[in-house]
Amino acid sequence: MSSRTREYLRALASYKSAVVGIAVIMALVAISIYTVIAIPYDEAVRLWRAGEQHWLDAPKNAFPSWYSFVLQKRLPETIIRDTTKPGPGVYKVDVPAGELIRILRIDIDFRFDYDDFPSEINIFYSVRFNRSAPQVTMTWTKPDGTTVQLRKFTPSSDGAYYVSIDRDLTSREVERIVAKLGARPNYELSPTMSLFAVEDRSILESDKVQVLKGNYRLSVEGLLFDPQSDFDVKLVVYGKVYGWAGTDHLRRDIGIALLWGTPIALSFGLIAAVAVALIQMSVGAVSAWFGGAVDNAIQRVTEIFIVLPFLPTLIMVQTLYKVDIWTLLLVIIALLSFGPGVKNYRALFLQLKESQYIEAAKSYGAGSARIVALHLIPRVMPTMIPSIVFSVADFVFLEAALAILGIGDPRTPTWGKVIQDSFYGGALFKGLYYWTLEPAFLLLITSLSFALVGFALDKIFNPRLREV
Amino acid sequence: MLLRGVALYLLKRAAVLLLTVVVAVYVTILVANMGGYVDEIVKGELLFSISTSVYQNPAYRTLNETALRNLVNQLYELELKKRGFDQPFFIRGFNYLRDALTLDLGRSLFISSDSGSRSVRIIILERLPNTVLLFTTTQLLLFFIGLFGGLYLSRRFGSRIERSVSLLAPLSALPGWFYGLFLILIFASVLRLLPYGGMVDIPPPTDRFAYALSVLKHMILPVMSWLLAYSFFAIYTRRTFFLIFSSEDFVEVAKAKGLPEDLVRRRYILRPTLPPIVTDFSLTLIASWLGAIVTETIFNWPGIGRLFYEAAALFDTPVIVGLVVIYSYLLAVTVFVLEIVYAILDPRIRTGVV
Repeated sequence: MSSRTREYLRALASYKSAVVGIAVIMALVAISIYTVIAIPYDEAVRLWRAGEQHWLDAPKNAFPSWYSFVLQKRLPETIIRDTTKPGPGVYKVDVPAGELIRILRIDIDFRFDYDDFPSEINIFYSVRFNRSAPQVTMTWTKPDGTTVQLRKFTPSSDGAYYVSIDRDLTSREVERIVAKLGARPNYELSPTMSLFAVEDRSILESDKVQVLKGNYRLSVEGLLFDPQSDFDVKLVVYGKVYGWAGTDHLRRDIGIALLWGTPIALSFGLIAAVAVALIQMSVGAVSAWFGGAVDNAIQRVTEIFIVLPFLPTLIMVQTLYKVDIWTLLLVIIALLSFGPGVKNYRALFLQLKESQYIEAAKSYGAGSARIVALHLIPRVMPTMIPSIVFSVADFVFLEAALAILGIGDPRTPTWGKVIQDSFYGGALFKGLYYWTLEPAFLLLITSLSFALVGFALDKIFNPRLREV
Repeated sequence: MLLRGVALYLLKRAAVLLLTVVVAVYVTILVANMGGYVDEIVKGELLFSISTSVYQNPAYRTLNETALRNLVNQLYELELKKRGFDQPFFIRGFNYLRDALTLDLGRSLFISSDSGSRSVRIIILERLPNTVLLFTTTQLLLFFIGLFGGLYLSRRFGSRIERSVSLLAPLSALPGWFYGLFLILIFASVLRLLPYGGMVDIPPPTDRFAYALSVLKHMILPVMSWLLAYSFFAIYTRRTFFLIFSSEDFVEVAKAKGLPEDLVRRRYILRPTLPPIVTDFSLTLIASWLGAIVTETIFNWPGIGRLFYEAAALFDTPVIVGLVVIYSYLLAVTVFVLEIVYAILDPRIRTGVV
């Protein structure tokens, strides 16, 4: 047997397409093993389900980092500066001014020399005080020395200042530009842009506005009225790229879903393909071997299952029970146990049943179970393997299709879920192609490599095909 | 004597097919009701709608709380009896079965047609033409591309085009809807040539010709996605099929006899391959009737597949049962007709050898 296996493997290696397919599958398996070890499943689910809270510091709908190379343009990375975590460019001092009052001064310096504007600016702050809240003024200084007062307020609790959507700041900025240049921008100038733009006539037109590169500073001046009072800020200048895979509409790192989608897709596809084929073959073998009433009953059940609509039944089960992906796998296997494949296997076994070696087995008194298990099924195995390999792709896509219909496992991050999110998040309308294309590409190479191997195996195991 | 045998055989097959349809429909009724679970949904909705209508009705404003509650209960019980919910599910299942089998499809629970009707027949008939237009067209195209492409390639075995099609066949491992995503990306999003989805422009053109043109424009991407996905494989399998048949001994003998190429192809290759081709053709046509749930979702095509999905997600049992019963009838009739056609096409069956 092992020598025959080796022979098959050698035959397989002579097909270039099969070698490519096997290499890709190996790479996917390696990714799966890495993922399962590096990011435990619960951690992945937690990261994926945590929603926006966990990903506050990540940009929304950011491109993958390698976009910068593709576009030959330095797209901004996210810049985070936090006064609770001192580092270069973060200065915080407070000077006593009288008995209780202290003057707080925070300077956050950072360099911005990207070719594109950031996607968003947020300032998260935390505040501590006993009786009266501190008074705070935030000021923005551009490399050319222009200063803009962002906001002056009395924060009474921790919170966030969303610079990009501050309507008051927006209108003040537009008026400032009008006063400076004597003309009004022909588009809606948001603070995200005006705080980073070159302030000459180019700023007036949306397709000409340029980024001013250089050192920026956020200054915070505050009056602290209690001895225990304190104020900290975290400036987040959101970039337009994130990680190797980008982020989605909930700021989540798509990479997590792409990584975890790999072991899930592979195991889902393989388990379903092998289980369905084995069960269908066994049912077919029993049907063909015993014949008569058993055969009749099995054939009628099969016909009923063929009439029953597969996908709608699955949708109903999933809508009602909201089962997780592995239970869903069981349901799929159960629904397909009596699928159309049973008929093919039965026809195959009917032919085999008449062959001489079966006659021989019968003549030395082998029982039905022995003949079916030891003589019929092993004989069919080789012809099954190509179709099993083929159907792996079908099941990988079935999972993706269920996810796209919005009825997949809601917890688990899978490729299909990313495609669904992107499809309904309007990725194709908004030009966020990476969002759809990354999981689609993985689906594509997975299924194609299985198909390539399947085609080669088909030619090896069915010599008749090799001739033609 | 022979004819009687054939008639008896066909009669037996008809009985078996009918039994299959009956059982399949009954199983569908059980599944679609989730063993009575849907009843609870319907009852809940009923109680809710009756109590809101009673509590909001100014005519009952003078009644006190207990009287109102009694009234609601009374109306609820009446409505249950009217709809037959007072009987156990087991019995009602058989009532459903009888109605379904006599094509008395009844009224939907939640879904209504575009014209606002709750009649399952109208809902299905409204969607059916859309699906037939898209998927039956596509399947027909695929069938003929496969047939003629396969014939062509089997004659040019070993040529460059034959080898490249064989090489492209694995592309069919990706389903049609998947190609749809890419086509939408290229033709709708980047090039902005064709619509993202839907069946007709909004608002629909009033001119009949313009309307047809608009529908055609919306059909291009879904049809293309399926052709891209499945035509190479269709050609490849047909090619293999014809090649296997043309290496049969009787073909070799015919060639050795010196019969003209054309005659050999028609009488010795095409003739014996006809039954499986006819089977394939009719079964794909019937299957196309159900549409394709995912493709219709991706392209937002208002067809039967979408209806099936909506009905399954909402547990709209009458719609699901209606679709399944029509489908299984069509399937059974097709299979039966095929048996007769086989008897005509295949002399082995006609003479009772097999």
